[in-house]
Amino acid sequence: MEEFSLLTMIAVFEEMFGIALFWIMVSVAVVITAAWVFVLVRDRSLSFRKYLVAQLSMPFGAVAAVWFVLWITNSGLADIGGPIDWLVLLGVAALGAVGLGILVYVVQSLMRGRQSEV
Amino acid sequence: MREFTDLTASRRAFLGLAAGGIAMAAGAGAVQARPVRTNARILILGAGAGGAAIANRLLSRLDGAEITILDGRSQHWYQPGFTLIAAGLRGANYAVSGTGDWLPRGVNWINEYAAGIDPESNSVTTTGGQRLEYDYLIVATGLTLDWEAIEGFDLSLAGPDTGISAHYAGPDYAEASWRALDKFTDAGGVGLFGRPATEMKCAGAPVKICLLAEDIATTKGNRDRCEFVYNAQAPNLFGVPVIHHRVRQIMDERDITYRYSHVLKAIDPGAKTATYATPEGDVTDSWDFINVVPPQRAPQAVRESGLAWADRWTDQGWIEVDMQTLRHARYPNVFGIGDINGVPKGKTAASVKFHLPVVEDHLVSEIAGREGTRMYDGYTSCPLITRVGRAMLVEFDYQDNLTPSFPGVIAPLEELWISWLMKEVALKATYNAMLRGRA
Repeated sequence: MEEFSLLTMIAVFEEMFGIALFWIMVSVAVVITAAWVFVLVRDRSLSFRKYLVAQLSMPFGAVAAVWFVLWITNSGLADIGGPIDWLVLLGVAALGAVGLGILVYVVQSLMRGRQSEV
Repeated sequence: MREFTDLTASRRAFLGLAAGGIAMAAGAGAVQARPVRTNARILILGAGAGGAAIANRLLSRLDGAEITILDGRSQHWYQPGFTLIAAGLRGANYAVSGTGDWLPRGVNWINEYAAGIDPESNSVTTTGGQRLEYDYLIVATGLTLDWEAIEGFDLSLAGPDTGISAHYAGPDYAEASWRALDKFTDAGGVGLFGRPATEMKCAGAPVKICLLAEDIATTKGNRDRCEFVYNAQAPNLFGVPVIHHRVRQIMDERDITYRYSHVLKAIDPGAKTATYATPEGDVTDSWDFINVVPPQRAPQAVRESGLAWADRWTDQGWIEVDMQTLRHARYPNVFGIGDINGVPKGKTAASVKFHLPVVEDHLVSEIAGREGTRMYDGYTSCPLITRVGRAMLVEFDYQDNLTPSFPGVIAPLEELWISWLMKEVALKATYNAMLRGRA
């Protein structure tokens, strides 16, 4: 690719989703990630119980992300061809899993507030 | 409850991470040179992919230039989307936007076509009678589809009633072509496909629609009722030998008949027959569905301008540019972008993307009193869709070399889902970013 840079990537994503939606999505991702780091810093530890619930949610995030990508691209699992396709599919699943996992962890932490665990 | 104290984060680490990310983002962008001060008059013929994109790029590189763009079409068509529309995957609106949507403020758009081009006097006459003088001319008119060269054909015939598909004609025709294909893959019969003998835009598109039609019939469970015949104009299915062999292999695997050196010259919509010129004489075949791709030529004003090659493509009229600098061989203040260029390869939007920085460099360098250095190597790309959900990302250059953008990652001759994703999701966004001069 000619002149492939982060700015090109941003320009392409802005065209793909529209400028407003793209930056709202980026902002939401940044806010959730920052909130996750915030609760880690605030609590000074990773709560195993919250982490376990977050982990349980991850398969749902993975499946939802894969289903969404297949749906918007008019394709199905039968179209997966070479190794790169499997890697991309796993990447999509991993993003969905981690994204939902972080979200669930953050929601638990913020809802319960800072507390000592039993 | 156990706690992972070793995973404890600190505020300092968090801030450090954030600062690093911002620094990376800032450093990743291309360094933009200071605009060159000039009062040059630059005239761009055509506000399609090449014209709109170069207008945006020049506006950010030049300060004070008088940039005029001439195009009588009010609609902008995203032509790479026509195949998706003709395969029922998108509606006609997918490919339609406004010409003015892509043109920046500071560029003077005249909503007329060029009627006459005189490179001797550096002037262009518009269809409205205006005379425009220029210091630099960029020819980005695109090409014209010569439907009249197919005897018996009329664009109004396209659609399910006749079984005629003509998706090159525009978004609405592409949608009518889908209705014809949908009916054919329901009812069955003989489907004829092929390409013209002239140079053409997106030479892979006739192959794509043939493979998509076969896939759609298979998905519907009607494959055994349909026969597919692909008519190549040359003794191969694709001009690049390695890609020809791969396409031939796929057509063999999917029981698609292919014939070499068959050029469509006439159709009879009433009798549903098509006549092909072949080295052994004319051949007439019956069809239930036919995809017509007509001969393609430079617009008349360009053909008559003196800019065309005198001894090559004489029936087509492509302009005589240097194949590496895209600068006119006889008129150094004239450049070409896109389909209109008389170069051996690359009438695609991907080629336009690679023409742009070359023309920009040579034009801006000349204005700045320097010599341009960028060269075009014939790069073009074709996400060759082989079925709904898979494509081959074939990229090649003047030398027929494969030039993969992601070597070792995306295999160019492998039918892949990721290549389909690019065509379906990323290509239009990249195209739009290119039009705005940002990709």
